[in-house]
Amino acid sequence: MPAAPGLQGLYDPRNEHDSCGVGFVANIKGRKSHEVISAGLEILVNLDHRGAVGADPLVGDGAGCLIQIPDRIFRDWARGAGVDLPASGDYAVAMCFLPRQEAARDTAIGQFEHFIRVEGQILLGWREVPVDTTGLGEAVLAQMPVIRQAIIARGPKISDQDAFERKILAIRKQTQNPLPALAERYGLPDLTDFYMPSCSSRTVVYKGLLLAPQVGTFYRDLTDPRAESALAMVHQRFSTNTFPSWKLAHPYRFIAHNGEINTVRGNANWMNARRRTLESELLGPDLDKMWPLLHPTDSDTAKLDNALELLLAGGYPLAHAMMMLIPEAWAGNPLMDPDRRAFYEYHAALMEPWDGPAAIAFTDGRQIGATLDRNGLRPARFVITDQDHVIMASEVGVLSIPEERILRKWRLQPGKMLLIDMEAGRIIEDEEIKHSLAQAQPYAEWLAATQFKLEDLPEPPLWDPAGANSPSDLLDRQQAFGYTQEDIAVFLEPMSRTGEDPIGSMGTDTPLAVLSRRPRLLYDYFKQNFAQVTNPPIDPIREELVMSLVSMIGPRPNLLGRQAGTHKRLEVSQPVLTNGDLEKIRAISDLLDGAFRTVTLDATWPAAAGVEGLESALDALCAAATDAVLADMNILILSDRAVSADRIPIPAALATAAVHHRLIRQGLRMQTGLVVETGEAREVHHFCVLAGFGAEAINPYLVLETLESLGYDRPGGAKTLTKNYVKAVGKGILKVMSKMGISTYQSYCGAQIFDAVGLSSAFVDRYFTGAVSLIEGAGLTDIASECVRRHRDAYGDAPLYRNMLDVGGIYGFRVRGEEHAWTPEAVASLQHAVRGNLPDEYASFARSINDQNRRLLTLRGLMDFKWAETPIPLEEVEPASEIVKRFSTGAMSFGSISREAHTTLAIAMNRIGGRSNTGEGGEEADRYKPLPNGDSMRSAIKQVASGRFGVTAEYLVNADDLQIKMAQGAKPGEGGQLPGDKVDANIARVRHATPGVGLISPPPHHDIYSIEDLAQLIHDLKNVNPSSRVSVKLVSEVGVGTVAAGVAKCRADHVTISGFEGGTGASPLTSLTHAGSPWEIGLAETQQTLLLNGLRSRICVQVDGGLRTGRDVAVGALLGADEFGFATAPLIAAGCIMMRKCHLNTCPVGVATQDPVLRARFTGQPEHVINYLFFVAEELRQIMAQLGLRTVREMIGRVDRLDARAALDHWKASGVDLSRVLHQAPAGHALGLWNSERQNHGLEGALDHRFIAEAQDALAGGAPAVITATVRNVNRSLGAMLSGEIARRFGHQGLADGAIELKLTGTAGQSLGAFLARGVTVELTGDANDYVGKSLSGGRIIVRAPKEARRDPTANIIVGNTVLYGAIAGEAYFEGVAGERFAVRNSGAIAVVEGLGDHGCEYMTGGVVVVLGETGRNFAAGMSGGVAYVYDPDGKFPALCNSAMVSLEPIAPANGEIDDEAPKLEAPSVWDSGMGDPLRFDAERLRGLVARHHRHTGSARAAALLANWDLALTRFVKVIPNDYRNALLRARRPAPHAVAAE
Amino acid sequence: MGSTTGFLEVTRRERGYEPPSSRLKTWREFVLPLPPPELERQASRCMSCGIPFCHTGCPVNNLIPDWNDLTYRGDWRSALDVLHSTNNFPEFTGRVCPAPCEAACTLNINEAPVTIKTIECQIVDRGWEEGWISPQTPLAATGKSVAIVGSGPAGLACAQQLARAGHAVSVFEKNDRIGGLLRYGIPDFKMEKTLIDRRLDQMAAEGVSFHPSVHVGVDVSVADLLSQYDSIVLAGGAERPRDLDLPEHSLDGVHFAMDFLTQQNKRVAGDPESAAAPAGIISARDKHVVVIGGGDTGSDCIGTANRQGAASVTQLEIMPEPPVHENKALTWPNWPLKLRTSSSQEEGCERDFAVATRRAIGAEGRIEALECARLEWTRGPDGRLVMTEVEGGGFTLRADLVLLAMGFIGPHPEGVLEQAGVALDARGAVAANTEDYSTSRDRIFACGDMRRGQSLVVWAIREGRQCARAVDLALMGTSDLPR
Repeated sequence: MPAAPGLQGLYDPRNEHDSCGVGFVANIKGRKSHEVISAGLEILVNLDHRGAVGADPLVGDGAGCLIQIPDRIFRDWARGAGVDLPASGDYAVAMCFLPRQEAARDTAIGQFEHFIRVEGQILLGWREVPVDTTGLGEAVLAQMPVIRQAIIARGPKISDQDAFERKILAIRKQTQNPLPALAERYGLPDLTDFYMPSCSSRTVVYKGLLLAPQVGTFYRDLTDPRAESALAMVHQRFSTNTFPSWKLAHPYRFIAHNGEINTVRGNANWMNARRRTLESELLGPDLDKMWPLLHPTDSDTAKLDNALELLLAGGYPLAHAMMMLIPEAWAGNPLMDPDRRAFYEYHAALMEPWDGPAAIAFTDGRQIGATLDRNGLRPARFVITDQDHVIMASEVGVLSIPEERILRKWRLQPGKMLLIDMEAGRIIEDEEIKHSLAQAQPYAEWLAATQFKLEDLPEPPLWDPAGANSPSDLLDRQQAFGYTQEDIAVFLEPMSRTGEDPIGSMGTDTPLAVLSRRPRLLYDYFKQNFAQVTNPPIDPIREELVMSLVSMIGPRPNLLGRQAGTHKRLEVSQPVLTNGDLEKIRAISDLLDGAFRTVTLDATWPAAAGVEGLESALDALCAAATDAVLADMNILILSDRAVSADRIPIPAALATAAVHHRLIRQGLRMQTGLVVETGEAREVHHFCVLAGFGAEAINPYLVLETLESLGYDRPGGAKTLTKNYVKAVGKGILKVMSKMGISTYQSYCGAQIFDAVGLSSAFVDRYFTGAVSLIEGAGLTDIASECVRRHRDAYGDAPLYRNMLDVGGIYGFRVRGEEHAWTPEAVASLQHAVRGNLPDEYASFARSINDQNRRLLTLRGLMDFKWAETPIPLEEVEPASEIVKRFSTGAMSFGSISREAHTTLAIAMNRIGGRSNTGEGGEEADRYKPLPNGDSMRSAIKQVASGRFGVTAEYLVNADDLQIKMAQGAKPGEGGQLPGDKVDANIARVRHATPGVGLISPPPHHDIYSIEDLAQLIHDLKNVNPSSRVSVKLVSEVGVGTVAAGVAKCRADHVTISGFEGGTGASPLTSLTHAGSPWEIGLAETQQTLLLNGLRSRICVQVDGGLRTGRDVAVGALLGADEFGFATAPLIAAGCIMMRKCHLNTCPVGVATQDPVLRARFTGQPEHVINYLFFVAEELRQIMAQLGLRTVREMIGRVDRLDARAALDHWKASGVDLSRVLHQAPAGHALGLWNSERQNHGLEGALDHRFIAEAQDALAGGAPAVITATVRNVNRSLGAMLSGEIARRFGHQGLADGAIELKLTGTAGQSLGAFLARGVTVELTGDANDYVGKSLSGGRIIVRAPKEARRDPTANIIVGNTVLYGAIAGEAYFEGVAGERFAVRNSGAIAVVEGLGDHGCEYMTGGVVVVLGETGRNFAAGMSGGVAYVYDPDGKFPALCNSAMVSLEPIAPANGEIDDEAPKLEAPSVWDSGMGDPLRFDAERLRGLVARHHRHTGSARAAALLANWDLALTRFVKVIPNDYRNALLRARRPAPHAVAAE
Repeated sequence: MGSTTGFLEVTRRERGYEPPSSRLKTWREFVLPLPPPELERQASRCMSCGIPFCHTGCPVNNLIPDWNDLTYRGDWRSALDVLHSTNNFPEFTGRVCPAPCEAACTLNINEAPVTIKTIECQIVDRGWEEGWISPQTPLAATGKSVAIVGSGPAGLACAQQLARAGHAVSVFEKNDRIGGLLRYGIPDFKMEKTLIDRRLDQMAAEGVSFHPSVHVGVDVSVADLLSQYDSIVLAGGAERPRDLDLPEHSLDGVHFAMDFLTQQNKRVAGDPESAAAPAGIISARDKHVVVIGGGDTGSDCIGTANRQGAASVTQLEIMPEPPVHENKALTWPNWPLKLRTSSSQEEGCERDFAVATRRAIGAEGRIEALECARLEWTRGPDGRLVMTEVEGGGFTLRADLVLLAMGFIGPHPEGVLEQAGVALDARGAVAANTEDYSTSRDRIFACGDMRRGQSLVVWAIREGRQCARAVDLALMGTSDLPR
């Protein structure tokens, strides 16, 4: 394994992500023993599958173990070394990873010892840590540091152990912070290797670049029986990348976590911005020795660990500090205790949330605990034994403990904390900890005295909105800010009318801002980042309860000022300010007695100064900001109101970021608020960029004025328009935040979640410090020229702009607007070419796309081929018929496009040996059988998307590729919605849904919140269909290469890198245009990272998103793609004319519509698609001949055959530099630049092989099989492979009920019964982990508590999170409580459970769920079908249920009437669960299900309910979605024309 | 876009015509506008396509979806602004344009296109009625002057744009009235001439000075113009008619279409016969009229002849009869070849296709009949159409008046072009590209039919506008005029 490479090409080590398995064992009473450590090590071994190995199977991503200092070992050492060791607690152990290089090591040691001395502590000696390197790979050994422990005694002046801890922190910081500078000064680069995993008087961390089982064998201390600890916190790492290192292993000094911190860029900025506001009585002058608190190169975990360390040193109790860093969702929670809410609200001003998804285990050696982020997106299960042990881990079953010893099995719930106080000898439950902390200070009183809400302040007197400017020059000012007619028609008008961010369809085909010949707004250069794989996006609508737009304006209090309560704070409920709001802020000094002092700074520059004027204007603005802060002004308003014929506005994002970063650098940022008053911001994206670079609130005055001008004749007038507009922006911001998995505006603010595409790094580094720019491009002068051009158009004499705005032409083609790849001529030539099979017409099409001399549209347009000196004859190039096998069509769901269009693509691709893609939405089973003429309508690629519509075992086995869609180019990080009017009977059947009821695809896959979850889904899919390739679809953004490497490590066979140009059936325009980056960048980064990792040969790389011509394919191949996807172009070949109306169901050519009248207009033929692809292949062949390359394989990855050319006389693109894209990464592996190997999926060990073997008779339709087995948490995806076998033979219909019974005992691994086919019953006695019954396809799952367990099932967890996700059919009975997100996207399964966590039945579209115990919050969010019955004896349920889409009803008693629609005893078929008419027979249905539950599990709760049924019935609530009920009623009513006929 | 489903709910409805019986009695326009609410409904059929093919189907790139939407919403005034932003004279194109936009309309793929031309025409007509159209005077004069030779649609569009950019513009016209082909080529029943007059008033107020009856090259030399003006724009049209290589051509009663049409237009304008027909009256009254040539000019001859009281009108076309329906899969969105029937043809005429005229037969110097041959068209090996005479397909056609309407082959090479000394291209038009519109001579530009060869009014407007920008750019170094 190579040492970690540095920044090169597009690879940047900063992009690495981790995730993993985490766990701890602790003795509640603080009793130390060696057994605790052994148990910790055993947990590690059993979490092995959650970690990862890279190209070299002997190298893991790291693992480790944190324990209390094993005093006996050190006492023995001291005796041997002749050292007088003070009492336990009075000495500290610094675990040191020292440089291997001797001189560096000596310097490191000298440095450390120096500070120990200076700080008055006593070094007792150094201990060589005994290690055993047996079994370590060579590569690991090559990197192994010299591992020693320094033993430091408490100095005489230190009063107590806490003070000692603070002092050694100061020593460590002083030692480590200057290392990089010293390394440079002494010419000892290895000096930076010096790292202290721990340095504490309480704990010590043993970790390294080890596989999980090696931790115990390597560190002999851990297996030394003298080592005793009351706690052991362990961690096994899974990094997306394979440059793990010794120090990146967990645990860190205080924490180990699973998940990641999305907002870390902003968190780090804010922490470092505190330099001047931070003071601590406890730390005193030592605080100043600790800067910088966070290092930019540290991992997110390291930064969080450092932040926690600071809070602890500053005197916060451990639990208190954790609550500050990772608060619960308090803002929108009416159920929260007011004191606790006050606690959180108070602390919100002190610390912006570190937004997970994360499960974090933490300890200071006295207490140990764990907390979960507000969304609860990581699993954390714990058990408490009768021997006072608490075992917490990402999975249950990591230790084998006899059931009878377990007192309680539970899980961490979203935002909740588990804390074990070993000094007090007890577990402190979440409620108690938080209650006591909330009561510790009068937070509510403090808030009442200090907190001011802008809404509540009085309007300042005499505010004249037109004051500064006369309305007559509105047009000029709009033009000065670059308004176009589209801004009004596409954004402002609809936003102010509907209150929604507008929707569009198809992809983006306009040039990047830097390639555009028109002046573009600075915002356009920033592409939004989004979550893919390593963390999940959030659904801001259905999971609104975790979201918050609250913003705090003004200075922040001292983070460590613990006796606070005097600091005044100003809040807004959302960051978009009306003019009145802004005037309140301007006048706030008067309103609030001088607590706030506002100054307005002019963000315009004199037109006379021209382009050159911007730089000095920025300098002046920043200087004015600094002066203002130093003069004690604490709210700065950056204003471009002064815009006029003589003054040019500074781009608001530039002004904001420049001031924000200047103040951060000066340590002044926390002393002031930053508000932006701008005429520029209008789209959602604009607000996001401003927020991302530090704006706490934004007043879009020109929008408001524009709305005023539109509003005269509207109902409600301009006021309503403004209200709607502000609402739309708020919703849009929430969506953009949630795409990245960020929940609160406060942590989004300043988080800089953008890639800069086409800006020069000098410009970015100076003003947008920390943002990433990959291809260089426009600098300050170019940005200034754009402003000047706009200003000139505005105030000049151009007749076109005299009485109207520019046309725009971004969202629809306009001749005088922005360029588009798809012009009328291009579409016409392509269609004529494919219909008439006319090569000349194709050539003219290709010319219009490829001819970049005239229209520079794409990055690939900036690339030239390096032709061979002697071309080869065309005949020697591999035939087009071979090339087209590498082609596939894009994922377009049956639902978004018509059956006619969908099957045309499939038939075409099958004829030429390419692959078509189902898209999300299933496939009609009739398409699996070939047609009489030999054609096949079966899509070779079956997509598995977040909605899991129609994802059955049968669907999965009828695939050559299974594609997990992590993101989509047009709307990465977002879910989808198929409106009810597109869900006709046919679509509904395929999607297992109800006709007429809209369907929601959640933003995240609820079984993929992290990289190891993806590995699990890949494992599941491989089990059900071992012969299919598993593919993961990603979207290009900075860091996608790293994610792709992670995907390769998850053993995916195939990865797709999509460009942002990719199409969609419907997406908010904000996403369509501003999220994701060009595929050229993502593909190149992927190729480079995979090569550096030695993983390239294992995985097939596909590129898609805007491929149109053979030239595009050639560039794609040379940049590293094995395969190529096309979507828009084949669709156009089949008749699409880029109406961009897919989302309206009005496609006039029958492509993207389900309207039968319009579908009849579809005229596309498979031949058209085939002709197109062959034209592309022929064009490619000609390029290949010129390049002298005979096969596509020879082309792959040959970046040396590409050349970057200067942007032909382009005024701003001339700065673009593609050298990082065209960087040739060294191949870290001998096997070459393309996919030449197969992944090892490790399916051999699956128990299912045995099940299949033992069920041979049953599978042949013979005697039923009963199979028994004992299972452990490492037995994952049980039943999946068996179900695949059944589906292959019998389709979705499966086997007869009872054909195969699996009787299992123990703790099942993840995905028990995934895709379980009809005819299989899994009966598990014990418990199970996450994802039980995923995509259940007709089977039956029973999990019951072991008889020997003495626990109350309704108070103990039995199955994990995300159970029955995407279940299609079948039954499940759980004797116990399930985790979060039970039955999410259930389409038809029946389930009975004795309690569940938050978000139960979310997005459910069918089936029946019965809950016999307590439910969590947000039940039924987005639920559009099916019914649920919830036992609610205390009447708490209505407050827990999200009633946006559902109604709650009592259960009517049975009335004795029985007809065909009544529930049956058994499911008649896999299509019919036998549950009858959902609108009737509730009592009968419910009773039947409770009785079945009792029969299968022996549930005591069920027995009790049945025993007193009439009473029980009155305590149930029925949950039924409104749309569902209406659709059923409509279906029941005869159609109107039928009535007329009678 | 106003109505997302308008196209599914509203069927296409066009402006109607007065019945031939009444319209043939006058020279007035006979088109019956749609009631405004119906027009707005028609506008709702526009789907605001992501790629509006109409927009490039239209040579002046009218922002069709944009003004359709405004019309649908009842905001006619804004619609007018948007319309004027690409087209100086929508009232001309709204009447005489063949509307390639409608051929390119997305609804034309499998439905009936949006009534774009009708909407355009009614927006601007209403604009005039309401008084919304007023002169747009430039904010400042540039001090530069431009002479424009020719006052057809190209010259006028060019002049208006240049005047609005602040240049002093003089338009020279050899005829006695300004307007070129608009004035004398297009009959009043297609477009009444007051429409031109009020535009001219607007332009005059914007600073354009008009010089009718000044024949550049005759009354004033190009050299004089060059000495007085900073630039010259040649926009004199392509007036040389294609002639018939016919024995006995010189017989009386054989005339070029334009001579016939001009006379009538002058007559309608109120000129006495001495002014209208100084070389003698060409009348179709009670005559059997044969129009040779199947284009728009031919149709104008038919309409005029019928109004004059012709005994019969026959129109001959050398090309074969095109199909009634085009193959849209291979033609849309381009202008398709298909059988079209003009309103003039509807008013009464025989049409005969694939006919060549072989000989004129006359007596006493007057034409009496035409000897014709029937043709067969086949595709040659190179894909081109080749004609052969059908054996035994000869026939004779009675003809008292023969009007030659076979198109125009280019500008007259003598006179102004000779004096200007500009290079001509292979077709005899002035050589200049569509980027800078400059001729081989410094400071001399050319646009419209004179540069492009015979074409549509809408193309002339486009060239005039684009040429204006090129001139502005050359004069000032930058230009704010749109291309």
